[in-house]
Amino acid sequence: MSAPTPAPVTINVDGKELQVPAGMNLIDALERHGIEIPHYCYHPRLTVAGNCRMCLVETGMPMRDRQTNQPVLEADGKPKIGWGPKPAVACTTNCTPGLHVRTKTPMVKDCQEGVMEFLLVNHPLDCPICDQAGECKLQEFATDYGRGYSRFVEEKNVKPKRTRLGPRVTLDDERCILCSRCVRFCSEIAKDDVLGFIERGSHSTLTCYPGRELNNNYSLNTVDICPVGALTSTDFRFKMRVWFLKSVPSICTESSVGVNTLVWSREGKIYRITPRDNGAVNDSWMSDSGREIFKQVEAPNRIDFFAVDNRKCPANDALARVATLLKGGRVAYIASAQSSLEEQFLLRQIVEIEPGPVSLVSRARNGDGLLISNDATPNLRGAFLAGLARELPGTNLKKLHGQLETGEIGTIFAVNEDLSALGFSDDLLRRANVIYLGTHANKTSDLAQVVLPGLTVFEKTGSFVNQQWRAQRFFQVVPGPAGTVPDIQVLAQLLARISGSNAAPSTPDAVWQLLSARVPQLAGWTWESLGAQGKVLDASAWAHLTFSEGKSLHYDPAALTAVKTG
Amino acid sequence: MPIQEKRIIYRHVDEHGYTTDMACYQRHGGYEVLRKIISRKPEELCQEVQDSGLRGRGGAGFPTGMKWKFLDRKSGKPVYLICNADESEPGTFKDRQIIYKDPHQLIEGLLCSAYAIQAKLAFIYIRGEMHEGAKILERAIEEARAANFAGNNILGSSYSVEVIVHRGAGCYICGEETGLIESLEGKRGYPRIKPPYFPAVLGLYNCPTIVNNVETLAQVKHVLDMGGKEFAKIGASGDSGTHIWGVSGHVVKQGYWEIEAGKATIRDLLYDFCGGPPPGRTFKAIIPGGSSTKVLRIGEKFKIKLPDGSPGEWGVLDIPLDSNSFAQCGTGLGTGGMIVMDDTTDMVEVLANLNAFYAHESCGQCTPCREGSLWLKRITTRVCDGGGRLEDVDLVKNIADQVAGRTICAHGEAVAWPCQSNVPKFRDEWEAKIRAQMQAREHDDKSTNGRKGLRLV
Repeated sequence: MSAPTPAPVTINVDGKELQVPAGMNLIDALERHGIEIPHYCYHPRLTVAGNCRMCLVETGMPMRDRQTNQPVLEADGKPKIGWGPKPAVACTTNCTPGLHVRTKTPMVKDCQEGVMEFLLVNHPLDCPICDQAGECKLQEFATDYGRGYSRFVEEKNVKPKRTRLGPRVTLDDERCILCSRCVRFCSEIAKDDVLGFIERGSHSTLTCYPGRELNNNYSLNTVDICPVGALTSTDFRFKMRVWFLKSVPSICTESSVGVNTLVWSREGKIYRITPRDNGAVNDSWMSDSGREIFKQVEAPNRIDFFAVDNRKCPANDALARVATLLKGGRVAYIASAQSSLEEQFLLRQIVEIEPGPVSLVSRARNGDGLLISNDATPNLRGAFLAGLARELPGTNLKKLHGQLETGEIGTIFAVNEDLSALGFSDDLLRRANVIYLGTHANKTSDLAQVVLPGLTVFEKTGSFVNQQWRAQRFFQVVPGPAGTVPDIQVLAQLLARISGSNAAPSTPDAVWQLLSARVPQLAGWTWESLGAQGKVLDASAWAHLTFSEGKSLHYDPAALTAVKTG
Repeated sequence: MPIQEKRIIYRHVDEHGYTTDMACYQRHGGYEVLRKIISRKPEELCQEVQDSGLRGRGGAGFPTGMKWKFLDRKSGKPVYLICNADESEPGTFKDRQIIYKDPHQLIEGLLCSAYAIQAKLAFIYIRGEMHEGAKILERAIEEARAANFAGNNILGSSYSVEVIVHRGAGCYICGEETGLIESLEGKRGYPRIKPPYFPAVLGLYNCPTIVNNVETLAQVKHVLDMGGKEFAKIGASGDSGTHIWGVSGHVVKQGYWEIEAGKATIRDLLYDFCGGPPPGRTFKAIIPGGSSTKVLRIGEKFKIKLPDGSPGEWGVLDIPLDSNSFAQCGTGLGTGGMIVMDDTTDMVEVLANLNAFYAHESCGQCTPCREGSLWLKRITTRVCDGGGRLEDVDLVKNIADQVAGRTICAHGEAVAWPCQSNVPKFRDEWEAKIRAQMQAREHDDKSTNGRKGLRLV
């Protein structure tokens, strides 16, 4: 998927020899060695603009004699370095053998102090009311590289403070340092070349093309990459100080792409979702629609209690009823591609004890070719990996309909799927015993004999297998509603009940011990081994299946097919 | 013997009866050079230009032959030639004489150059304000096409080239070659970052491109006419040919003169050609080559090395008119647009004026120039308005130091050089002016008994 790592070359930074990949951008290369080159406009996933001038360093190369082309040596035998007459921006410097860099000389320090001072002369310094405060590169670099005092006594530029660039992005023009990251993002990544600058010099202003607005589904990435508080999320603006928020790694459930995210919360309330860098999946980006998903956590129709026959009851009573119903036989299961791999695996074990047909529901729609795929579920492939599904979704739902009518099936265990919406009539559902495990109330939960509350991805821990067959972990961000337990525990208790054992594994870690033992593709894997960026598994066993996805940022089914046939 | 002009480029400029049409140009031997060279090998012609030692006339003085040699021939991409006719440097008015008064000379030079570098297409990017000039050029190009000097299979050869006139929209920075290229591509005129965008490799539409000044291209015609080695005999060593000096400001007679490089001094130019300072005045300062070059203060002495290697000393008026001599004195001859100031001039106001211009024309792309230029403008404006502080003197110099050499394009130097030269050279004037202001303010405070700040609101 990623290009082979280039051969390492040796460069010299502040007198120390470092091994870096050949041709790598100097800022990135030094970051790997823990050396920070301050920068604003440079972003590793965008083209180089070189306009902020914060990354100025001194560069030089070993000198060669013009006539003989032999290296020129100093008196001590070391190669003589020809230092450039002017400082150079690190962001346009690529690592070549013998490159010499100075990052701490008085000249470099003077450059950094100068640029810092320039960036601040017309900056409003309204940190006390700025959303970016606490995660602002101006604050950070002013502290680390600035002079600490200002020599500016003139009047500052006055610019608009709240310009609506689009439905989700608000611009504070005075704070903008004109780094053009947002302009480049829209043109290069979102392919929606809508932003640009008007006016000249220090009066330059970010704006949209006349008659257009910034309303593509990736517009909020401009807020993420804005190094200052100029672009703010209209939704998050003024809601919470970022230093009060804690972030937890998660996976976006919007589609099978499996965008890596960070979910930011305080005291059990989620405030925002931002992308988490994963160069093999979503780079540094995520969709705007994916950032809205957390709002389902506080939806008014959340199921937050166990119920039997539409009456609230203790968990044990509900689980006892479920066990009785399952033991009665004639059971059909409707599994969910929204469930985690661990939940799917536990459900499979339940199916093994109380067998019945298992169906999946298709959630196909049109993707955008970038980070939203045609499959609107995060974990369809997990169902195959867990051994729960053998066929693609939708194929045996019709059959189930007939089986219900003839009475061949008497009990339906549905996970998160609204059967009414799938064409099952109320009468038909009333005739059967419906067990519903889900997060939000719907027609099916209304008609169900037993309702088990489920938790959203933000309230539990687990893993999803994305379209690349990459198993990725998500973690609990906020607690579920009072009185609920994670789905994995509901299923584990149920499994214990029907299997007659004392307890079943009820944590991801424990489930993974079983998974690695029973799923050949995961042999030797542990929960911990998935790491922060996930792990791709061998999917050749499912090569015959044709999933609905088209191309996305780091996934090309055509390329996979080519590998398969070739 | 009094110094004489040597008119090569301006030979027919202002000549009585000389018109801008093709017939007149051809009566004066026009397009003979193109006829002569179209059968020669392009590489030979490039070598002639290199042999001539011709330096670019746009301000930076880069050797033209070397620039052409940098062209990326391996990529297989088409090569473009752009004539930079965006003449906007304050104090400069040499290119427009060629455009308005002898356009065919430029077209012929352009076509010869295009053939020499085998350009696929040639552009003339002309400053937006010169709308009449654009019309003149377009008419000249039409005439040249009609006579088969341009267009398909020029003069029966296998070489074809079209020339397109493109008008700028009124922006100084679009005279910077990469800003010009961006503008020509239809984008905002932001200069490109070098590396990697060296025009000779990644120029117009990311193809190898040569950008030459109007006068440079006109000079090429004469280089190819005389032959490179012959041309190199004109002028000074390392700076061949003639320079056009456009003198403005406090002299009796302003105007333009074409003088062989190194054959006259600033004194010759200002006294013999311009008639010296206005009656009753004395010279005080000179901005030698367009407003961004470093100012010279009359009375300064420069320790220099004479051509034979021996040390010497020049006053400002002793400086010979060639680029190496100017460089030895810490300035440059730039575009040859000389701005002369006499003893009635307030040097602080001079700088305030220049700072206002460069702040207005900063494109705003990179931080030091964008913020530095406006800050400098605000300080110098404040000092001129009576609000000077003694610390402003060092501040101006220091801000300029923080800009020069740290920007994407040379506009950073254009912002910084006037400040870096004006402030140290006229420090006494700055301090005297500010001290007077401070006294006035103090007196003001006393006379209002300090009540000035206590206005009822």
